[in-house]
Amino acid sequence: MIDWPLVSVIIFLPLIGALIILFIKEDELTSINIKWAALLTTLGTFILSLILWLQFDYSNPLYQYEEKFRWFDDFNFFYHVGVDGISLFMILLSTFLTPLCILASWNNIKKRVKEYMLSFLFLETVMIGMFASIDILLFYIFFEAVLIPMYLIIGIWGGNRRIYASFKFFLYTLLGSVLMLIAIIVMYSNTSSMSIEFLQGNYFSYNTQLFLWLAFFASFAVKIPMWPFHTWLPDAHVEAPTAGSVILAGVLLKMGGYGFIRFSLGMLPEATEFFIPLIMTLSIVAIVYTSLVALAQTDIKKLIAYSSVAHMGIVTIGIFLVNQQGLEGAMMQMISHGLVSAALFLCVGVIYDRMHTREIEFYGGLVQRMPLYATVFMIFMLGSVGLPGTSGFVGEFLVIIGAFKFSSYVVIGAAFGIILSAVYMLYLYKRIIFGTITNNKLADILDINTREKIILIPLAISVILLGIFPNLFLDPMRLSLEQIITNYEIANAK
Amino acid sequence: MLNNIYNIFFIPEIFLACSSFVCLLFGLFLKKNAFRQTSNLAVFVLLLTILLVYYDSESNFANYKSLFSHSSFINFFKILALLGSIASIIISKDYFLGIKLKNFEIPILFLFSTLGMMLMIASNNLMSMYLAIELQSLSLYVAAAIKRDSISSAESGVKYFILGALSSGILLYGFSLIYGFTGSMNFDDISFYLSKYENLNLGLIFGLVFVMVGLAFKVSAVPFHMWTPDVYEGAPNSITGFFAIVPKIAAVALIYRFCLVPFENFYLEWSQIIIFLSIASMFLGAIAAIAQSNIKRLLAYSSIGHIGYILIALVAANDDGIKAASIYMFSYMIMNVAIFAILLSLKVKNEYLINISDLKGLSKSNPIVSLSISIIILSMAGIPPFIGFFGKFYVFIAAIEKELYVLSVLGVLASVISAFYYLRIIKIMYFDESISEEIINFKISFQSKIILSLSLFLIICFIFYPSLLINISASLII
Repeated sequence: MIDWPLVSVIIFLPLIGALIILFIKEDELTSINIKWAALLTTLGTFILSLILWLQFDYSNPLYQYEEKFRWFDDFNFFYHVGVDGISLFMILLSTFLTPLCILASWNNIKKRVKEYMLSFLFLETVMIGMFASIDILLFYIFFEAVLIPMYLIIGIWGGNRRIYASFKFFLYTLLGSVLMLIAIIVMYSNTSSMSIEFLQGNYFSYNTQLFLWLAFFASFAVKIPMWPFHTWLPDAHVEAPTAGSVILAGVLLKMGGYGFIRFSLGMLPEATEFFIPLIMTLSIVAIVYTSLVALAQTDIKKLIAYSSVAHMGIVTIGIFLVNQQGLEGAMMQMISHGLVSAALFLCVGVIYDRMHTREIEFYGGLVQRMPLYATVFMIFMLGSVGLPGTSGFVGEFLVIIGAFKFSSYVVIGAAFGIILSAVYMLYLYKRIIFGTITNNKLADILDINTREKIILIPLAISVILLGIFPNLFLDPMRLSLEQIITNYEIANAK
Repeated sequence: MLNNIYNIFFIPEIFLACSSFVCLLFGLFLKKNAFRQTSNLAVFVLLLTILLVYYDSESNFANYKSLFSHSSFINFFKILALLGSIASIIISKDYFLGIKLKNFEIPILFLFSTLGMMLMIASNNLMSMYLAIELQSLSLYVAAAIKRDSISSAESGVKYFILGALSSGILLYGFSLIYGFTGSMNFDDISFYLSKYENLNLGLIFGLVFVMVGLAFKVSAVPFHMWTPDVYEGAPNSITGFFAIVPKIAAVALIYRFCLVPFENFYLEWSQIIIFLSIASMFLGAIAAIAQSNIKRLLAYSSIGHIGYILIALVAANDDGIKAASIYMFSYMIMNVAIFAILLSLKVKNEYLINISDLKGLSKSNPIVSLSISIIILSMAGIPPFIGFFGKFYVFIAAIEKELYVLSVLGVLASVISAFYYLRIIKIMYFDESISEEIINFKISFQSKIILSLSLFLIICFIFYPSLLINISASLII
C-alpha cells in the first residue's frame, strides 16, 4: 500500500491548480495558458486516481486509503476520507470526465476563460471530496458546495434561459439538501458520531428511521432525480454549456444514487424496507413517463435529459431491490450512464458548435458529410439503448435479473422502459444522421476534428470495454456491496 | 482603600467613559483634521478597552455586583461589540470624508453608544439595564440624524427616535410590573423570588410580555422590525454599517441574559414568545428581502432574518444554544463588517452605491471585488464551506438537542427562501451584461483594506481551524 495521503492529494490537486490559475493574468494571448494549466491539472488528477484503482485491494470490503484527523474539538467531526468499492468508480468517473470537459470547452468558451476553469477545478475537488468522505458532515459540506460552481457554470456560460435554469437548479437542490442537514444533526445527536462506517450499524428506532429516511430521500430524490422531482433537470441540461451538461449528467446525478446506497440502504435499513413500494412505483412511473416525454421532444439536449431521468429510474429500481444483482446492476448502470450520457451531450456539443442549434428538425443526413461522427454517435446511442456488448446492457440486464426475485410487475415496467428507450434513441438517430441532406446550411459541415476525436474515442473505448469486461468493474465493488446487503438483511431479520 | 480608587480606573466601562470625554475635548480643541484625529483616537481607546476587558478580573467589579454582572459570556460579547465598533469606525472614515461629513462628534457618538452597549451586556438589574439601553439608543438617534442637510437622514433619525421611545416606554412599563410583583430589580433576586413559585401570576406575565416586546424592538425581530429598513435606508451608509454590526450584538446578549437569568425557570412562558418572533423574523426577513432594490434595505431584511436564527438558539436554552449564539453572532459581525467595508468603498458615477442593479457588470471591471462580495453573500446564505454555514449549523445542533424539530425544519426552509435573494446579487454581478458604460470605482484605504482582508480570511478559512473560536464559545457561562 501507499504511505502518502493519496486520496487527499487527489481531492486537493484540482484546488491547487485553481489557485495557480488564479494568479495567471488573463488576456487574449494568455488564456491558452489557463486552459493548458487546467487540462494538465485534471489529467494529473486522473492519473493519480488510476493508481487508486491499480493498488485497490479487491478482497477488502471496508474503506481503504483511510486518512483521519480530528477537526472540530467540541464534537466528533473528523476529516476522514477513504475509498471503498462503491466510491472508487464514482471518483474515477469524476476524474475521467473533467479533463474531457475542459477539452470540450477549449474553443467554444470565449468569455471569462479564467473563471470558467476555476469553476471546473473547484467542482472537481468537491465532487471527489464528496465521494471520498467517510464523515457525514464532510460529505454534506462537499455535497452542498457543488452548487456554487454549478450555479455559476449554468448562469454565466449557459443559453438564453440560463438565469431561470440556474436559480431553479440551485434552489431545488438546496431545498433537498437542507433537510438532509437536519437529518444528519438528528443522527449525530442520537449517536454522537458522524462516521459513515459507524452509523451503518443500525442505531435508530423505527420511527426515527422513517423521518430520517424521508429527509434523505428529499435530498437524493431531487439530485438523482426521481419523478416528480425531476423538473429542474431538463432546464438545467438545456441551458448549461456542453461541459456543464456533461458533468451534470455524468457525475452530479450519481450523487443521488450514491447517497441512496450509502445512507438509505446502509444506515436506515428498516425504513428502506418500508418505503420500497413507494420507490418502485415512482421509478416505474419515471421510466415509462419520461420515456414517452422524451419521444416528443424537439430539442436534442432535452431528449437526452429526459432519457437520463428514465435511466436513473432503472438505477433506483436496482438499488432498492437490495440484492446482489440489483445493486451491481445499479452501480453498472450509473457508471455506464455517466459515460454514455456524457458522450451523448458531447456529441450534441459537436454539432451545436458548428450550427448553433439543437433543434432536431434542423439536422438530417449528417452521415453523408460526417461518417466518423455518425459512427461514434452510433456507439453511444446503442450504449444508451443497452445493446449487448455495450456498457448499457450489463446494468439493465443485471437489474432485470434482480427484479425477477422481487416482482414481475417491476420487471415488466423496467423492460417496457428499455423498449421505449430503444424507440426514442433510434428515432432520434434516424432523424439526425440518416437520410439525405435537406437543409442547405448543412452542406459544408465538417466531420469531427482531432480535438473532438481525442475526447470521444476514449469514451467509446470505455463504453465497449465496460460492455465486454464488466468484471473489471464489478470485482472491486462486489464485497462492499455484499456488506451493505448483509447489514440490511440482518437489520430486517430482527 | 487607595488601591480600590486606582483600580476603579481600570474597570473597562469607567475607562471608556472617561476616555470618551477626553476624546470630546480633544476634538473640540483641534482646528484641523478634527474628524480624522478623533477617529484615530477613538479606535485607540477602544483597543485599550478590549485589553482591559480581556484582563478584567472579577474583584474590580465586586462593588457593582448588584447593578452589573460579570461572566465569560458577558466578556465575550463585550469584546465582540468593541471589535465591531472598531471595525465600523475604521471602514467608515473615508466614507465620511467622501460625503464631506466631517463632524468630529461622530466617533464620539460611537464611543458613547459602545459604552452603553457594554453596560447593557453586563447589566444585572432592571434599572441599570434600562439606563444602558437609553445611553446606547440616544447616541444612535443622534447618529442616524447626523447628516443635517439631508431629509432622509433626518427622517430616519426621527423615526428611530419615536419608535425607540415608544419601545422604551413599553419596556419600562414591563419593568415596573416585574418590580411590583417581585419586589426587586436585581436579576438574581428576581430569579430567587420566582424559584418559589410553580406558575407566574398574571401581572408578571404581563410584565414579561412587555419587556419581550421592548427587547424584540431592540433586536428588530418581526413584528417589531418596522423601523429597521427605513432607518437603514435613510441614515448615511456608514452609520447604517454601525447599526447593522454593533447594536445587534449587545441587544442579542441582553435578550439572552434576560431570558436565561431572571426567568430561567419559566421557560415555557417566554419560549412561546421567542418561537413566534423567531419564525416570523426568519420568514418575513427572507420573503420581504426578495422585493428590495436598495442594497441597504436588503441588508436590513437580511439582518432581521439572521436574528430569527439566533432566537432559535435562544429557544434551545442550553449550553449548545449559548455556544451557537456566540458563534453565529461572531460570523454575523464578520460578514457585515466585510460587506460594509466593500459598500463604503464602491462608487458608481461618483455616487456611493445604493441600488443593487448598479452592481451590474462588476465582475468584469472588478473581478476581485465581485468575487469577495459573492463569498460574503454565499456565507450569509449559509452555504458551506464558509463561516455562515457553521453559524447556522451550530444553531440547528442546539435546536435538535432540545428536540425542536419543527422549528429547525422551518429554519432551514426559510434559509432556502433567503438563498434566492442572496443569489440574485450574484446573478446581477455575474450573469447580467452591463449595457451602459457606467464605471464602478473601488477605492479603499489601507486600513479598511486590512479589515476587509482579515474578515474575508476569517470567512473562508474558519473551516480550516475552527477549534479556536469553538473552544472559546463552548466555555462561555451566562
